[in-house]
Amino acid sequence: MNTMKNTAKFTAAAAAFALAGTAAFAQTEITWWHAMGGNLGETVNKIAEGFNASQDEYKITPVFKGSYEETLTSGIAAFRAGEQPNIMQVFDAGSATVIGAKGATVPVQDLLAENGVDFDINDYIPGVRYFYADSDGKMIGMPFNSSSPVMYYNADALAAAGVEVPATYEEFEEIAPKLKEAGYIPLVQTHLPWEFVENFHSRHNLPFATNANGYEGAEGTQILINSDEMKMHFTKVKEWLAEGYFGFFGTGWDDNQSQFEAGKAAMYIGSSGDFGGLTTKGMPFEWGSAYLPYWASITEEGYQTFIGGASLFAMAGKSAEENKATAEFFRYLTSPEVQYMWHRETGYVPVTTAAYELAKADGHYDRFPAAETGPKQLMLQSGENTRGYRMGFYVQIRDVENRELSRVLSGETTVEDALATIEKEGNELLARFAKTQG
Amino acid sequence: MKRAGFASRWLPILLLVPQLSIILVFFYWPAAYAVKSSFYLQDPFGFGQTFVGLENYSALAGSAEYLKVANFTMIFTVLVTFFSLALALLLAVKADKVIRGAKTYRTLLMWVYAVAPPVAGFMGLILFNQRWGPLTEFFGALGWDFNLRADYVDTAFAMVVVSVWKQVPVNFIFFLSGLQSIPKSVREAALIDNRSDSGRFWDVTFPLLAPTGFFLLIINITYALFDTFGIIDTLVQGEPGNNPMTLVYKVYVDGFRGNDLGGSSAQSVVLMILVLALTVFQFRMVERRIHYT
Repeated sequence: MNTMKNTAKFTAAAAAFALAGTAAFAQTEITWWHAMGGNLGETVNKIAEGFNASQDEYKITPVFKGSYEETLTSGIAAFRAGEQPNIMQVFDAGSATVIGAKGATVPVQDLLAENGVDFDINDYIPGVRYFYADSDGKMIGMPFNSSSPVMYYNADALAAAGVEVPATYEEFEEIAPKLKEAGYIPLVQTHLPWEFVENFHSRHNLPFATNANGYEGAEGTQILINSDEMKMHFTKVKEWLAEGYFGFFGTGWDDNQSQFEAGKAAMYIGSSGDFGGLTTKGMPFEWGSAYLPYWASITEEGYQTFIGGASLFAMAGKSAEENKATAEFFRYLTSPEVQYMWHRETGYVPVTTAAYELAKADGHYDRFPAAETGPKQLMLQSGENTRGYRMGFYVQIRDVENRELSRVLSGETTVEDALATIEKEGNELLARFAKTQG
Repeated sequence: MKRAGFASRWLPILLLVPQLSIILVFFYWPAAYAVKSSFYLQDPFGFGQTFVGLENYSALAGSAEYLKVANFTMIFTVLVTFFSLALALLLAVKADKVIRGAKTYRTLLMWVYAVAPPVAGFMGLILFNQRWGPLTEFFGALGWDFNLRADYVDTAFAMVVVSVWKQVPVNFIFFLSGLQSIPKSVREAALIDNRSDSGRFWDVTFPLLAPTGFFLLIINITYALFDTFGIIDTLVQGEPGNNPMTLVYKVYVDGFRGNDLGGSSAQSVVLMILVLALTVFQFRMVERRIHYT
């Protein structure tokens, strides 16, 4: 086995030598497991190729491992077998599991410092900064593909109804009857937990969990979902649904977004990254994007939102040379040029302010005004509850939220009962998670 | 009669070793590991764990959601088993009577067997699509506002339809060969005794098909419990929300997707016990009472 590997390495080295006449020293090779399929995967490969071409000391190999869940599970299995990749992409809801497992990863901030890569957390866009950080503000995971919920509108529909884009839910309530009269479903959303629960808390700077939104440890963390504000919001949403001001087409993202694309829904809440897809598909109407609405009755001015998406973790148990290669890759990845390329190609937000400025200077936002909504929303005012949330087993808690809130909208349960159930089951899951940290 | 035997005691054991070690490594060891994990709450990376005794099991028993899923699994299994057996039997009886073009006709009926469950699920997604699915439009014309993935009952309906459709060909093949193995003399004798088609079916054909039917019953229950995973996963698109799911899918959702190793291990153990009970039922209770010709 080893001989075979060595032979293969030797052959590869010899071939490289013969072809390029270089490779006089050994290249450090690192692997990156990711969950980016299709076009996103091609952009990931482009980044890797760019890094490999930019220097000849290190070589990174990206490997597509399927969905977010599959990537995380493969990574965990590989870690337990001592075969983990150097870099693993982990999605937002799964990050508490990885951050909780101290010793599974090397905090990126430490990794960069140890390998002489300059790092200042303030270079990152405010909404991105602390989402994958620990309670002391040390960055653990490197924000990678980041997006935030924003609202898209069909400009033709708004013009037909003679109304303006609403900034608050109060304004929405005023214009909804007119949109309905013009023959539209005024509003749909695409992900109840992300858009109406998690980011509802950041947009209004409301606490989402005890222990500083869960950042201070899993022990004793409780979800704060059963609040007057949440009750008010979902009571309103249910009223809108009954009045025909709001449409709900199930848990599936596309089932809801397709209502907007078909010209049936006048506005939809989706991901800041959706503009790329909408542009490519070509909507038969004029459209644009605006900030996620907020309730003026809760806060005079809206706060920044959380990011969704995923981050990159440097897995522990690797040699110093490989860690150095990982650090160099992160340096390359966060450079303004690469971030701007990623932002432009995929629609995800740039994670650093410098990359945002570069995109702006290049006229990207003049060409695609909808692309700027996400980064700008992440730079709105911050509060003590807007840096992020950290709850274990959050994937299951999201399942409970999805289930119960869907039942509210289908009339199977009441807002009060649903929120109480989410609180109860959520807290049970959190208590179970705390025991896994044992 | 002389009993054939081995010269050495060790030879048979040696010959059994490969088979036994495969069973041990691939079945008993993981099963034992699942039983062990079900008593712990464990960080998936293996850094921390707490022994919790039977807490994972009591959490299941106390979870309204788990009981709802178990309840759905039972109803789903009964419906899928009943309809896929009944439809296949009907088709087999009718196909048995066809003389011209019989082979083409049978091949066409068996085709669906080759469709993989996720593909079947995907076809269901298209047929039942919320906005333009032909079946959704058909139901709409009948006054049924069908909403796949937004309505619990509608999604359950689609799951049953797709699962039955996928399973009918397997049952059809078995029923047809069962019918063809009924001796001609028996059929002819029955023809003299009873002139009614349905009378002959219930008095003669059906009892003679019982061994096939019983075998298929067990196969279909296992299918509905376990092999419909791909169909369910495709139909709910990995986001169950307020949609029905089966016990096996819940193991996946909590364990694989949610990394709750202890909780999903406890659920797996419950399923293992269920399979064990099914096997005991198969061998003890029914096989003795069914007459094989």
